[in-house]
Amino acid sequence: MGYPNKSHPRETAVLSKHFGDPEARTLDGWKKRGGYRALEQALAMTPTDIVNVVKDSGLRGRGGAGFPTGLKWSFMKQDDGKPHYLCCNADESEPGTFKDREIMRWTPHSLIEGCAIGAYAIGAETAYIYVRGEFTEPIRCLNEALKECYAANILGSNAMGTGKTINIYVHSGAGAYICGEETALMNSLEGRRGNPRIKPPFPAVSGLFGMPTTINNVETLAAVPHILINGAEWYKAMSLSSPKSMGTKLFSVCGNIARPGNYEVVMGFPFKDFLYDLCGGPLAGRKFKGVIPGGCSVPIQTMDEAEATMMDYEGFVAQGTMLGSGGVIIFDDAQSIPRMTARHARFFAHESCAQCTQCREGTAWSTKILDRIVAGQGTFEDLDTLLEMADNMTGKTICVLSDSCATVVVSALQKYRHEFEALITGKRSSTVAVSSGAAA
Amino acid sequence: MADNTVNLTIEGRAVSVPAGTSILEAAKTVGVLIPHYCYHSGLPVAGVCRMCLVEVEKSPKLAPACATTVGEGQVVHVYSAKALEARKGVLEFLLINHPLDCPICDQSGECELQDYTFQEGRADSRYREPKRFNPMEDFGGDVLYVQNRCILCTRCVRFMDDVHHAPVLNVTERGDRAFIGKAPDADLTQPWAANVVDLCPVGALVSKDFLNKARAWELDRTASVCTGCSQGCNITVEMRDNVVVRFKPRANEHVNHFYMCDEGRANYRWLNRPDRLEVPMADGRPVDWEVALAATAALLKGKKAHIVANASLSNEAMHLIKRIAGKTGGAVTYAVNTGIEAALPGATDLAVRADRAANATAAELFGFTRTSDVLSGLSAQHVLIIVDDALDGISADAVAKAGAVIVIATAMPTAVARANVVLPIANVVEEEGTLTNLRGRVQRFLQSKQAPGLARPSWFVLADLLQSLGEVAPHLTARAAFDALAKAEPAFAGMNYDTLALSGQTVPGALAGARA
Amino acid sequence: MSAHTHAPYEPVFVGARKAELTQLLTRYPTKMAALLPALWMVQEDRRWISEEAMTEVAAQLDLTAAYVKGVVSFYTMYHQHPVGNHFIQVCTTSPCLCAGADKVVDAFLEHTGCKELGVTSADGRYTVIEVECLGACGFATPVQVNLDYIENVTADKVPQILAGLK
Repeated sequence: MGYPNKSHPRETAVLSKHFGDPEARTLDGWKKRGGYRALEQALAMTPTDIVNVVKDSGLRGRGGAGFPTGLKWSFMKQDDGKPHYLCCNADESEPGTFKDREIMRWTPHSLIEGCAIGAYAIGAETAYIYVRGEFTEPIRCLNEALKECYAANILGSNAMGTGKTINIYVHSGAGAYICGEETALMNSLEGRRGNPRIKPPFPAVSGLFGMPTTINNVETLAAVPHILINGAEWYKAMSLSSPKSMGTKLFSVCGNIARPGNYEVVMGFPFKDFLYDLCGGPLAGRKFKGVIPGGCSVPIQTMDEAEATMMDYEGFVAQGTMLGSGGVIIFDDAQSIPRMTARHARFFAHESCAQCTQCREGTAWSTKILDRIVAGQGTFEDLDTLLEMADNMTGKTICVLSDSCATVVVSALQKYRHEFEALITGKRSSTVAVSSGAAA
Repeated sequence: MADNTVNLTIEGRAVSVPAGTSILEAAKTVGVLIPHYCYHSGLPVAGVCRMCLVEVEKSPKLAPACATTVGEGQVVHVYSAKALEARKGVLEFLLINHPLDCPICDQSGECELQDYTFQEGRADSRYREPKRFNPMEDFGGDVLYVQNRCILCTRCVRFMDDVHHAPVLNVTERGDRAFIGKAPDADLTQPWAANVVDLCPVGALVSKDFLNKARAWELDRTASVCTGCSQGCNITVEMRDNVVVRFKPRANEHVNHFYMCDEGRANYRWLNRPDRLEVPMADGRPVDWEVALAATAALLKGKKAHIVANASLSNEAMHLIKRIAGKTGGAVTYAVNTGIEAALPGATDLAVRADRAANATAAELFGFTRTSDVLSGLSAQHVLIIVDDALDGISADAVAKAGAVIVIATAMPTAVARANVVLPIANVVEEEGTLTNLRGRVQRFLQSKQAPGLARPSWFVLADLLQSLGEVAPHLTARAAFDALAKAEPAFAGMNYDTLALSGQTVPGALAGARA
Repeated sequence: MSAHTHAPYEPVFVGARKAELTQLLTRYPTKMAALLPALWMVQEDRRWISEEAMTEVAAQLDLTAAYVKGVVSFYTMYHQHPVGNHFIQVCTTSPCLCAGADKVVDAFLEHTGCKELGVTSADGRYTVIEVECLGACGFATPVQVNLDYIENVTADKVPQILAGLK
């Protein structure tokens, strides 16, 4: 549902059905809503059978990369004599994204149940939910829910009375966007700086504490119980366009729009309807100018591109961008794209872990140039430098933070170059109001 | 080919290396140096500087050569347009905030940032923004951190963590605010910490001792061996205008890997001491060498010699001393200063050894007597021959017990009030020779410096002395002196300067085995 | 920052806190993994993490102070210096910026008397900083005061919010 707004009839509320309902937070409330039936069912299955159901459902990672979840789980070698770990990536830090926060604070048991099933499926006795440190309320909700689970023997050394061990712990981050990158998350959980690791080795071979590890996003794991209860076919059928994207997806909508919030729709939903119908279109007297549909690491779309998009992994790619985390940031005609781009670059510069040269220096340098352009001190040469620098920042580093910064800059320059040029020549077009602050 | 051998092509050259080798190391085997900063073969791989990016055919992305293992049939291009462009980008990024203060930087001339920029970098910078500025920081020990020049390769951090096992450095902050930080409660006052200066590929970590002393290109460099202890670390003696200005470690995987200790590193000033013996003397007067040698022979005639040898003398000198002792029927004693042993934990069998002398092994091998009282048993019947021993802790009265005193030395021991003959010799950087370390490794050192005045190499003087005693020792070179030694001493059998080369050979047999 | 502290350092990990840390260690196969939670405990008790505290945490977890400092300085939520009683973080990342977060920042700076970002007000009550994305973009502008979120903040609500802070 479009929390904090009322549910829209065209939404398909699976994960978000109980957002805003405090009773769903408690174990009793959750059980009344069908909770922990899926876990009971799962613990009676073999891990391989669970992996196969998830494989068949077509569920793909909701954190950004869209990797098939069942396939990821199948990389974990069963019975290799090593401890396995499940990490739930709840470091939701991608600007524009705030869906996992709602899952955790309204339906913490849905995530715990998903984690428990996931842990069992990959042969792990321990799962860690790594939550970004700022999310104090979701952490509190999760910890209260976990307490209930341990008290009710849902978790622990005799989980659901099956004799199986499933422990789930919440681990709090402390302020670092990069810890949403899976290898950085593992380093952070181990008590290190959140530096991404060189791959290979991949986590399924050597992950957390050097052991085979699977990392899944909150939304991904929260979907698993529904798939087990309703079956792979049910999930697979939820698709309006591409046969490679199925199920429902939570989109967080923010920026200059009438009804910001979380909306859950079936994959392949028309983006145009989504923006104008579900989310209520632009603010009064405004027009949309552009949209970043998958968190601030994906290319910006012009409205022409956006309105032609079917909302799934392939649909966004077909229209020059990516689904990413599903964080939809929309800018209207009162916004300056160069100013927003400069702000994005500053974000990446702030969050760079400092390991790779291109990222450490490139994100900061891009920010300085963009700030100067926004301040009216730019040159045309700067635009060339930005583009060449973006090239040097792409595909050359340990993780993709550097690439993300480059993507944002390049797409803005490609699609809104006239706005940058107007700032350079001093002829600001009438549709570009550079608001106070950065331009001062 | 064995199963674990991988065959690939690097820059058109066929390479066969064991599986698991990195592309960077594989390239080295065929003479291709892939530019790099963070990688060092003595340290764990970090893969962060991204300077070693190379193109591997069929791979969509450029690969960091340090962190990519070789694959069968790989075709690697180090100098393809794509790889060159990427490295040019890295160099530009590394330089945007760099102060470009090469004219006042000690690293200048031996700086990998300079070298690769000249080789592959842009001629100009496109950076128009203010550069970041940070103050210098004294890291303790001999190390000064010049943050503005730092490229955050983290070699220093990894050395202190993984090799020194003294984790006092870290990366502090993140993004472009990051810098190398020091522990709040500890610094680089550690036995091996100054190696971070050598490991630093740029001028960010510099030696306080060497600060502003010389430009790298003014230095004359010679391969040598540290005489500070019995480890025998391989070093390069670096001189400016006939003055030794620093020691640098020289890699030898059998002895010191890439490192040397701070104590050894600081132990060079005595080589420049001005109060040297420069002319031969007899009865207190300067004389010609022939006169001095004849006077020595005359003193020894019919007398027993009591020889005190410095435990850091070369094998060649020790061997000749052994022969002189044999000829004159006397004993040879030596003392060894000792200190606290301090290992470099992350390196195999490397430590500042308790024996703070370079060649006690040869002295023992040649049957000399190790004692703290080197003059024990000395009487008026003896001619005391002091070969470069400082006679620490010995009184002038004890020396005066000798019938006659012959000093063969670089400097006059304070305990010697009156010497009948003085024969000035060269110190270790002024002559050529070999030393035997505590594991029996025989290693050459070369001459880097001119000896002062009329001083001659120790082996030369001792051979002349032996000749004047009627023995045959016609050695005109150190090499010839060593050959005679190798012929006479079974432990050295088959060795010569060519077989020793610059990394040495180990004495076979029981002695080496017993000591190891 | 030891220069600020004249009183001898009182350890954090004694009594109940020590027990809590011991209990926490059972969750992980390594001691190091308890580092972030241990630092959180320090910050909860002391409101910031001094170098003495880093040294204490290091000793508790068999780490070194240098290592702990490297980690502390990586994460922006750990305070390496004392901050105001109310540590006010205004999200100004693009989704909030386009909704007017810069005006919220200005309002906080004005009404707290801090005037400048990162500077603690003269009465020691407030420190205001800009923070990167708080992950509540649909509730622009979110502001985190110490550990709690306040959502949908606009410049005109700032005086009322400040009045509500003890």
